[in-house]
Amino acid sequence: MIAIEKANKLSAPEPEHCPGPESNSAGKADACQGCANKDICSSLPHGPDPDIPLINERLSTVKHKLLVLSGKGGVGKSTFTSMLSWALAADEELEIGAMDLDICGPSLPKMLGCEKESVHESNSGWSPVYVADNLGMMSIQFMLPDQDSAVIWRGQKKTGLIKQFLKDVDWGNLDYLIIDTPPGTTDEHLSVSTFLKDSGIDGALVVTTPQEVALLDVRKEVDFCRKAGIKVLGLVENMSGFVCPNCGGKSRIFKPTTGGGKKLAQDLGIKFFGSVPLDPRIGKSCDSGQSFLDLYPDSPASEAILDVVDSLRDEIEGAAE
Amino acid sequence: MMEPGETPQSLKSVKHVILVLSGKGGVGKSSVTTQLALSLLNKGFKVGVLDIDLTGPSMPRMFGLEDKKLYQSSHNGWIPAYYDNTKQLAVSSIGFLLNNRGNSVVWRGPKKTGMIRQFMRDMDWGDLDYLLIDTPPGTSDEHIAIAEELRYCKNVDGCVIVTTPQLVSVNDVKKEINFCGKVNFKILGILENMSGFICPYCSECTNIFGSGGGKRLAEEVDLPYLGNVPIDPQFTDLIERQTELTKEKGQNLMQMYQDCGLSAVFGGILKKVTSSSA
Repeated sequence: MIAIEKANKLSAPEPEHCPGPESNSAGKADACQGCANKDICSSLPHGPDPDIPLINERLSTVKHKLLVLSGKGGVGKSTFTSMLSWALAADEELEIGAMDLDICGPSLPKMLGCEKESVHESNSGWSPVYVADNLGMMSIQFMLPDQDSAVIWRGQKKTGLIKQFLKDVDWGNLDYLIIDTPPGTTDEHLSVSTFLKDSGIDGALVVTTPQEVALLDVRKEVDFCRKAGIKVLGLVENMSGFVCPNCGGKSRIFKPTTGGGKKLAQDLGIKFFGSVPLDPRIGKSCDSGQSFLDLYPDSPASEAILDVVDSLRDEIEGAAE
Repeated sequence: MMEPGETPQSLKSVKHVILVLSGKGGVGKSSVTTQLALSLLNKGFKVGVLDIDLTGPSMPRMFGLEDKKLYQSSHNGWIPAYYDNTKQLAVSSIGFLLNNRGNSVVWRGPKKTGMIRQFMRDMDWGDLDYLLIDTPPGTSDEHIAIAEELRYCKNVDGCVIVTTPQLVSVNDVKKEINFCGKVNFKILGILENMSGFICPYCSECTNIFGSGGGKRLAEEVDLPYLGNVPIDPQFTDLIERQTELTKEKGQNLMQMYQDCGLSAVFGGILKKVTSSSA
């Protein structure tokens, strides 16, 4: 296992209103009084993070950076990231990278069929694991001593690893870097948006499922994007509708009682990229690490996914021109 | 201040604390918590539900309490939101503290830890038979915080682990089981959610997310298997349209849940949970 750089050298857990050891008021804020780390924080150098220029340099060879977000868990962020990677990598002229920022529950390696690999370190940094000639990926899964090891980390440590992923991974020339995120709006999301502020994120693809319980969390995620200044490229509704393989009857497993993703996109003034139906074969091909798009190119779900990928590329590449 | 080795004041009159955990998101932790609560309520218990998912709270929506607020009592801390005047069901969630339901809570770890500490120490739950704690996915700040707060509690029965049948989910859940081992949470059992969908037209059961993953996992790690819960659109419908349905039928959520197919399934699961916690 590659030693993970210590995020900081604090001697005690941070207090509740900790301004953050990097902040200008570190060691001086009200919350710092009585904190065991006060001396460490006030003596640390402040000002702009010295690693940001390194991140900018490292990612200067990456043309487009894309986040896959959702406030809710289990709506298909990783599934969609894997599909998007396969779909883009089908074009041999493109170089694709997929980065898994879900530190506590990494699932992208399994979906891309490379969970047993490990990361190699060279002079130029960590080498991504290559799933295809033009598709590399990076995840914490590759660094775990045992496949089932739990990563019980507080936010600060996760931030440290994310910084290393951005700074130390030797991606080479990439057309797309697709970043898969964990659910919620917390450390991972804040970190990635802060670290990539200068090098620029093209935007975020937001994934939802049709029911209101999921839409509720997705609203929060869009609110976060606004606050963090990340452009929302569009919204995809996953798991919408199910066709019974036995009788062909259509059912709505997750009912869009409040209008589903389409209505939400209208309300929030963002683009709606389309709905992807629920297909049991998607889950199966993710479990075996194969590309659903290659296995079942004619299924309605594949067509829906490719439509979304097309609109997404139009949105990103159209904006770049 | 709390002495080390003591149950926090707010939990002293709570008989049983049960956590609902899963490494994976969207496997149905919140709907399992909801249904466990409803099943307990239908047996006549007094139930509290604490939602420690701070960036994606769903409990207020699940119980149809989205317009409720938490209030500060004059002497004992925060008063939870009650479902009705009988005070059988008390709910606490950060969702009750937000002005607008679309607002995001963008917090780093230390602030989340502080909030959970407040939820654990400053809630005035009153007498409860069961306190169910719904958690966010993962093994990070929220989980470390809750484990620290519950460390010396004598009334923690343990946790229910939720998974879906796919390998992708089972893999994350194994990590959660590892976590429980490290913080000494007793695992009451593993529950497989979303196992199969029964077509409303032809009654054919399709395993959308595969099947048997939960059971195999339980055997592999030698833990009790609590059973599998199929996908039931009737339950989703009940939750999503509960206000309308309550008006139409003149029944509350607990009464309507009794007519739902899943209530029998959860009756059985509850028996296993309470027997392995006894």
